[in-house]
Parts: sequence; structure tokens; C-alpha cells
Amino acid sequence: MFLLRQVLFAGSLLGSLALIGCAGDGDGIQSQKMAAIKARGSLICGVDGKIPGFSFVSSDGSYSGLDVDICKATAAAVLSDPAKVTYRDLSSTERFAALSSGEVDLLSRNTTMTLSRDAAGGNALAFAPTTFFDGQAVMVPASSGIQSLKQVAGKPICVETGTSTELNLADRMRELSAAYTPLKFQSGDQTFAAYLQGRCVAVTSDRSQLAAKRTGFPNPAEHLLLPDMLSKEPLNPATINADPAWADAVRWVVYSLIQAEELGVTAANIDAKVADAKANKNLAQLRRFFGVDGDLGKQLGLPADFVVRSVKAVGNYGEVFERNVGTGSPLKLERGFNQQWRQGGLMYSPPFL
Amino acid sequence: MASTAPLVVQASLLRRLQKELFGSRVDGLLSIALLAALLAAGLGFFRWALFQAQWAVLGANSTLFAVGRYPVEQQWRLWLLIGLLALATGLSWGLLRAFPGSGGVRALWPRNDHWAAAILAVLALWLPMALHLTPAIKVRWWGIFALLLLARWAAGRYGKAIPQTYRRLFPLLWPLLYLVGMVLISGGLGLVQVPPSEWGGLLLTVLMATFAILLCFPLGVLLALGRRSELPLLRWGSVIYIEFIRGAPLITLLFLGQNILGFLLPGGFSPDRVWRAAWVLTFFAAAYVAEAVRSGLVAVPAGQLEAARSLGLPMPLALVHVVLPQALRVALPATVGQFISLLQDTTLLSLVGLLDLLGTARTVMANPMFLGKNAEVYLVLAILFWSCCVALGLGSRGLETRLNPHSPSAQKA
Repeated sequence: MFLLRQVLFAGSLLGSLALIGCAGDGDGIQSQKMAAIKARGSLICGVDGKIPGFSFVSSDGSYSGLDVDICKATAAAVLSDPAKVTYRDLSSTERFAALSSGEVDLLSRNTTMTLSRDAAGGNALAFAPTTFFDGQAVMVPASSGIQSLKQVAGKPICVETGTSTELNLADRMRELSAAYTPLKFQSGDQTFAAYLQGRCVAVTSDRSQLAAKRTGFPNPAEHLLLPDMLSKEPLNPATINADPAWADAVRWVVYSLIQAEELGVTAANIDAKVADAKANKNLAQLRRFFGVDGDLGKQLGLPADFVVRSVKAVGNYGEVFERNVGTGSPLKLERGFNQQWRQGGLMYSPPFL
Repeated sequence: MASTAPLVVQASLLRRLQKELFGSRVDGLLSIALLAALLAAGLGFFRWALFQAQWAVLGANSTLFAVGRYPVEQQWRLWLLIGLLALATGLSWGLLRAFPGSGGVRALWPRNDHWAAAILAVLALWLPMALHLTPAIKVRWWGIFALLLLARWAAGRYGKAIPQTYRRLFPLLWPLLYLVGMVLISGGLGLVQVPPSEWGGLLLTVLMATFAILLCFPLGVLLALGRRSELPLLRWGSVIYIEFIRGAPLITLLFLGQNILGFLLPGGFSPDRVWRAAWVLTFFAAAYVAEAVRSGLVAVPAGQLEAARSLGLPMPLALVHVVLPQALRVALPATVGQFISLLQDTTLLSLVGLLDLLGTARTVMANPMFLGKNAEVYLVLAILFWSCCVALGLGSRGLETRLNPHSPSAQKA
């Protein structure tokens, strides 16, 4: 019995020694991706490159958009320089192959999170928090006086055929037990052309898509997006399942932008806020958030002040949204679901503890 | 004959038009209807182009369309390259036109050249103004155009002073310039490296097309010879290669090159994806060129090779000096057709995420500042591609005339 206790004691001692040893080397974070990114000195970010407001090359040759800002924030956190990003334009067919073959470190390309894309038996992706809650919506001319989807009943609706859009519309109209006449077209361009010619009173597509198309209309102000949502399209950045430490880092970089908005931290006032937090020991939450106290950054394998670097690079989530797709941009999208949770939206960051 | 021909043509033109368009009542009605439709379409187009279209999207993004995301501080290298190209073009133009290979008109400026120079002058003066380019860039374009004309004039005026032996070496300038251009574009030899991921627009399209065209031709000739070879390994190897490539759509092969190579090769060892795409284009075009060349080989009578062999020429020499010159002459039109479709195939690169001319256009149209300007952008793209293809076609027709043993100029020689 005594012997057994001795052995157990020695065993547990050895075990804890081993744990200490583990924690000692490499700061406890084992991420091949992050090591590779640091060695390379640049983050390879997969974007679409052709989605208005989300990713495109502006006239001076630099990438811009909401998806692009996520790349920049991540690069700022990992490499402390938002410019150290190599962008890789990906089509929707090759995006997952490019991610799993390791050609890109991070996929920030309007990707809807679904079960099969997340599951290890599916695409085996690791999704960061949603950066844009998109969903299928319906657009009508303002002059039609239509306020909700129910009022479209009995009228023709333009829709692109062979897409999930068409099925979602049919499902929702059946739920509302409203008869309607679908006018089906082969391509998005034809669909919108028919709508503009007045062949249907409404056109349906993803909300961001409708907003983007509307900016090209002769009189954008004369077209309204109905509040109804026909489908859920949460768009999330993604990494691979195989590197959970890297996925964690990306996840909390995105959360840090959302949390910064909640705390009223912007790109403009962050220096003052950090100075405040350093001077005032009572601002415990801000001190942890900025990495003045605690080791939140270290636990992720990121610099202690990764939040400061990210927010300085692109601003908080609200600023990113407004700049790229919000009411101040040509896309003129309302915040909607993308509002902070306190304002009734879905943007909600878990605590930085 | 040569001096009276234009007059006869002009006089008979009206009569011929009258006969062909208004020969009978039905013909007349058809012609009027067609002309009215054409006129309406033309008017509609001009009304759109002059009053509705907003061409600012082109001027604002002209750098993007031309060179993509090439770093601004390194763009002087591209200007230097354009200058060198203008110089070489001017010299070649002067030497070719003022000294036709075999007799012909020995005028410093033949009539066609007046037209060409005038059209170039209008383009060079008007385009930079129309695109509202910055003064520095305008001046550069005008300087480059002046250089082109100056080189043309100098080569025509003083080309005679160059001994024939040196003048024969002159075409070697072009491959040399191609190598210099590659160094200028990509860097090395003391220049800052510019990774291929930052090349784009017209630069990338032209580079991809010329790279693939230059390399697929020798590869295609070898494959064609391999397919006609009597060695089973060579023959079957060529047959399998050609049939495999011709059996798969180009876009499949491009996807294969872009995404599967990453799985097959250890990380960091696979070439940059721009080069991967370039090699896929090359290997793809080589299979088609091989079939075009094989059609030429089949057209050469078997007696030609047998005669050459019986004269004691070894097989390689017999092929190079007797069979291939005849075969390639027959295969030329089909091969050039292949080159033209290769140039158009480069637009598929935008589907694998490369910013070629079409890819750049699509990303520009996604810029919220220029949303809905699709018609303007696509129209200019169409004109650019059409110009490139027509240039290739004209060049090949000129080459055909020069190589054709039955053409008048060749008979004089």
C-alpha cells in the first residue's frame, strides 16, 4: 500500500513536471500556421476580389472591402503590420481546396457557415465569428407602396433559376400561403434587367447583392429592400480544422473588433483609451482588453496588445461596416442584424477574460 | 497596271454596289431594311457612347488595366521596356518597309505607312487626353510615340549604310528584348524582385500569351514529329499526351494546376501560381499546335523525305532542311489560328483568380465607386482583344505571303 502510494506520488509529480516543461517551451502555443506566417513575414489571405463592398482592387491597386479588412486586422495582430498581407483571389469553386491545400492561411471570402462545411467529415473548416449576417431579401420599387413580402402575393417576382434563391422564395411564399408568379432567368444580369423593365414588381437575391446592384440603377433611391429575410446567410472567415490554435487566434481577432465597438473604442480614440487604461487601475475590463493586465494575447500566441494593433489598423467592427457597406458607402446597407446586441442586432462578443 | 488600278476600282465601285445591293426589287428592299437597321444600331450606339456612357471608370483605373498591382515605385522599369519596344518596333518597321526583302517599292514612306503613322499619331495624341491621364504620363506617351517614328525614319533613311550581314542579324533583337523585358518585369540582376502575384492587367495577359505562344510552338513541332515517329515509345507517348490534353477542357487543366499541385508537391516547392498557369497554357496549346503541324507534315509528299535521305542527309537534317520548311508553311494558318485562340484563352485566368485583363475588369466593376459600368469596361476590353487578334492575324498573313513560293514578291527573288 505504501509502495503504491509512493509510486502514485512520484507519478503525479512527474506528470506535473512534464506539464510545467510543456508550458515553458514555445509559450505553450503550437500552431504550425502561425509559425509559418511569422517565418514568411506575410499572411496569405483568400478573398473573392470581385464582390462590391466586400473585396475588390481599388484604383490605386490596393485591396479594399469588409472581407479585406478582416485580413488586415489579422495581419496587424500577428505581424503587427496590416500591409503584410498577400491577397489571393479565389473563385467559389476553388476556395475550399485552396484552404485545405494550405495555399491560403485564412479564407475571408463571403463564405456562408453551414454544418457540412464546418464538420470534420465535411469540408473540415474552422469558422471564425460571423462578420456579416446576409440573407435573401426582396427589392421593390418605392412607388409600388409594397411594405412586406405578403403584399407581393399574386404579383410576378423576378428570380434567378437553378439557385437556392429560387427554392427559398418558393418555400417562404408557401409558408405565407401566398400565390405568386415567378419569372425565372438564367443569369443575375437578366434578372435585374427584367426587373428594371418593369416585367415584375419585385426581385429577390442576397441582401448585399441587391444593395450592390441597386447602386447601378438609374435611380437607386426609388428602390426599397423589404425587411423580410428569406434565408440565413451568415458570412464567416474560415481556417482549417487541423490547426485549432490558429483558428482561435483568428476567432478572437474578429471578436476584438466587435468588442471594441461595444466598448466605444475606435481607430481615432484608441490611443487615448489605452493611455486612460494605463493610468487608471480601476478600468479593469479595458486593461485586460488592451493587454495592459493579464496575458490574454499570450494565451492565443499573439502579442499582448493584439487588440490595439487590430483596431488601429481597421477600426472597430462598426467602422469597418460603415466604411465598406454601410449607409455612408455607395452600397447604403442598414446595419440590421449586424447591429451590436445592445441595439438589437446579433453582433455579440464573448467576454475578454 | 499598278497606277491605274485604283482609278478603275473607284469608278466601278458605285456601279458594283448598285448591282449587288439594288439588283432587283427584293434586293433593294432587303438592302434598305438592313441599312436602316444598321443605321439605327449605329446611332443608338453613338448616342450611348457620347451621352450616356461614363468613361471616367477607364481613366481612373488606367494603371490597373495596364499593369495591375505592379508597385508604383518600380513602374519606371515598365516605361523603359515600352520605350525599348517602341525603338525596336520603329527600327523593324523601317527596315522591313523601306527595304522589302526582294525588290518592291523602295520608297522611304510607302503610302500605307502614311496611314499607319497618321492613325498612330491620332491614337497617341488623343488617347492620353481622352483618359485624362496625368501630365507626366501624357508626356511619356508622346515621347514614346516620337521615339517610334524617329526610329522608323532613321532605319528607313540610314538603314542602307548597314552592311547586309549585320542587317540579317537584326531580327535577333527581338528574342534578346524579350529576355531583357522579363528581367525588367520580374527583377533580378540588381533590380528589386516584383513577385508575379503583383503583375496584372494587359501586362499579365500579353506576358502569358507571348510566353505560351513562344514555347508551345517548338513543343508542338516536337510532339508532331513524335507522333509520326516509328519508335513506339515516342509515338505512343506523343499520342497519349496529345489526346489527353485535347480531351480535357482548358479550365479543368487550369484548376488542376492551381489547386492540385499544392497537394502533390511539398509546400514551397511548387512554382508561383502565375507560372503554373503559364505552363498549363503552354502545354495545352502545344497539343493543338502539334496537330496543326502534323497536318502540315502529312501534306508533304513522302518522296521529299526519301529524296533527301537518298542524297545522304541524316534524318534530323532531312527533317530540318527539307520536310519541316514545307510542312510549317502549310500549317501556318492553322497554327496562327491556335495562337489567336490562345490569346483569348488567357481570359480564363480570371476564373482561377489571376488578375489578367478580364480579372482586372471584374474587380474594377466591383469597386463601389464604379458599380454598373459594365458596358463601358467590356466594350473597351473587346476593342483591346480585337486589336491584338487582328494584329496577330495580319502578321501571319504577311508571313504567309513572304513564305509562299508562288507569291509575286517571292517569285521576283
